[in-house]
Amino acid sequence: MADLTRTDVAHLAALARIDLSDAELDRMVGELAVILDAVATVQQAPIADVEPMSHPMPIVNVTRPDVVRPSLSPEDALAGAPEAEQQRFSVPRILDED
Amino acid sequence: MTTQATAEATLPLEAALAAYDPALGLEVHVELNTATKMFCGCPTEFGAEPNTQVCPVCLGLPGALPVVNVKAVESAIRIGLVLNCQIARWCRFARKNYFYPDMPKNFQTSQYDEPIAFDGFLDVELDDGAVYRVQIERAHMEEDTGKSLHVGGSTGRIHGATHSLVDYNRAGIPLIEIVTKPMLGTGERAPEIARAYVATLRDLLKALDVSDVRMEQGSMRCDVNLSLTPKGADRLGTRTETKNVNSLRSVERAVRYEIGRQAAVLSSGGSVVQETRHWHEDTGVTTSGRVKSDADDYRYFPEPDLVPVAPTAELVEALRGTLPEPPVARRRRLQTSWGFSDLEMRDVVNAGLVELVEETVRAGASPAAARKWWSGEIARRANAAGQDVPTYAASLGVAPAHVVELEALVKRGRLNDSMARQVWDAVLAAEGTPTAVADARGLELVEDTGALASAVDAVIAANPEVAAKVRDGKVAAAGALIGQVMRELRGQADAAAARALILERLGQS
Repeated sequence: MADLTRTDVAHLAALARIDLSDAELDRMVGELAVILDAVATVQQAPIADVEPMSHPMPIVNVTRPDVVRPSLSPEDALAGAPEAEQQRFSVPRILDED
Repeated sequence: MTTQATAEATLPLEAALAAYDPALGLEVHVELNTATKMFCGCPTEFGAEPNTQVCPVCLGLPGALPVVNVKAVESAIRIGLVLNCQIARWCRFARKNYFYPDMPKNFQTSQYDEPIAFDGFLDVELDDGAVYRVQIERAHMEEDTGKSLHVGGSTGRIHGATHSLVDYNRAGIPLIEIVTKPMLGTGERAPEIARAYVATLRDLLKALDVSDVRMEQGSMRCDVNLSLTPKGADRLGTRTETKNVNSLRSVERAVRYEIGRQAAVLSSGGSVVQETRHWHEDTGVTTSGRVKSDADDYRYFPEPDLVPVAPTAELVEALRGTLPEPPVARRRRLQTSWGFSDLEMRDVVNAGLVELVEETVRAGASPAAARKWWSGEIARRANAAGQDVPTYAASLGVAPAHVVELEALVKRGRLNDSMARQVWDAVLAAEGTPTAVADARGLELVEDTGALASAVDAVIAANPEVAAKVRDGKVAAAGALIGQVMRELRGQADAAAARALILERLGQS
C-alpha cells in the first residue's frame, strides 16, 4: 500500500486529536503501510459466497425492556474525571468547532 | 474557524427565485419518549440535575456493553411506517467516530448504510389546501449527545471560552434522524413547504406518541440543507447545512434567508462554500460555521458490541396496526362527514379546532354549530390571551356540552341567534351553563302572537310615514319597523315573524 501519504497520516492524526511530531509522522507512514499491506492480504480471501457479518454469533434482536435501572451517583460518575466543576466534566476548550 | 457575526448581503426572495431554483432538504432529529436511554437503563427525564442519569454504558467506561432498548426499536419502526417507508429486514448499528467532548465514547452509535427505515414519503398540506409530497430518504436510530456549557467566554458561546463543562444526562437518549430527499420544484413555496413539513411531522409524531416533540426543549430539532441551481441547469448547486433551527417559524425564516444569501453570493460571481452554518434566532440570519467533514472522516464501521436488528414481518404488521390515521386523510374524512367547504375546513384546521369540533359533534351538536361557536367570540378572546382555543376553553371550564346545550335552546325556539350570542358571551364570562344564563337573564323568545301583534300595531301607528312607504310597495322600508318591534319586545321576538306580520298589516304579503 504505497499510496498512503504523509498527508493522509497527518489528517488521521488531526481527526484523532493526536499531535505527532515530524519524526513521528514519518515513522507512522511506514508502520501504517505495513498494517494496510496485511489487511490487503486478508482482503484477498475468497468471500464471494460468504454473507457479510459484524459479529461472530449468528444472533439478532438482543434487546432489553424499557425499564429504568439505577444510574451512578454523580460523585461516582465524576470520580474518574481529571477535572470537574458544577457537577460537570470539565474539558479543555475546543476552538475550531461550535 | 470561528463565528463571523457580520451579516452578509442577501437578495430579495423574488429576485433570487427569478434566477435560481432552490433544492431543499431537511434533517429532523426526534428524541423518543422512552423511559430509558437507547443502550442502557438510565432514565431520560428532562431537566434533571447534571450527571445524575449516567452509567458506565453511556459514559463509555471500559468494559461496559450496550443493549438495545426494545421500545426504541418499535418506535423507530412505527415512525418508518407512518412515513410510508420500507422497513429493513436486517440492519446494524454503526460507530460514527469523532473526537468531541459531547460524546464520552469518542463515537456516536448510529446507523450508516443500513437504516431501519428508508424510501418513504409524507404528504404535506399547505395553508391554501395544496398538497406537496415530501420524499423521505431514510429514518435511522442513533443516540443523543451530552450538553456542553462553555465557561469564560462573554456570552456562553464557545468563542473566547477557557473551558467547557459537560453534562451527559442527554448522552444516549434514543434519537431518530429523519432525512428527506432533496425537494425540488418548490420555487417560491420552499419556505412554506419546509415549515409545513416540520409541522406535519410534529403532529404525526405526537399522534404516534413516540416523542414529546417539543422544539423549545430540543426534543425535536431541525437542520436545513439548501442549495440553489441557476434556472435551466440540471445539476444541484453546492449546499449549506444550517444547524439547530428549532421553531416552525425559524424553519421558514432560515430557508428564506439562505435562498437570499446564496443568491447574492452566486449572482455576484462567487461560489457557495459547502459548510455548516449557525442560525441566529434573534437576528434571523445564518453565519458560517465549520467546513463540513466528509463522511469518510467519521470512519463509520459496524458496531461490534451490538448484534443486528431484524424485525420480523409479524412484528412490523402488528406495529402497523397501531398507527394513527394520517393527518391529511383524517382531515379529508372529517371535512366530508361535516359537510364543510374547503375554506371552512381550512379555518378550523388553522385555528387548531379539529379535535374540539370533533368532540362537540360527538357530544351531539351539528358540525355547523360546533364550528360557529368555537370560532367566534371565544377565538377572539383566546387570541387576546395568547392561547389556542382548546387550551383557553379548558381554562374557562367551557366544554362541548355547552355548545350542544346552546344549540338545543336555539332549535327548540327559545333563543334566536342574537340571544344565543348573548348567552354564549355570558357562558364565556363564567356566568353558568347556557340554560342557567337564559333563565337568569329571563331570555325567551316571545311566542305569544298577541304580544307581537300589539307591538306591530303600536309601531305602525307611531310611524305613519314609514308605513305609507311600505304600503306603496317599498318593502325595504319595513326594516326600520322591524327594528322598532324588536326593541319594543327587548329583542325577544322572532324577527322573521315580526316582518311577516308587518307586511301583512300593510297589505304587502
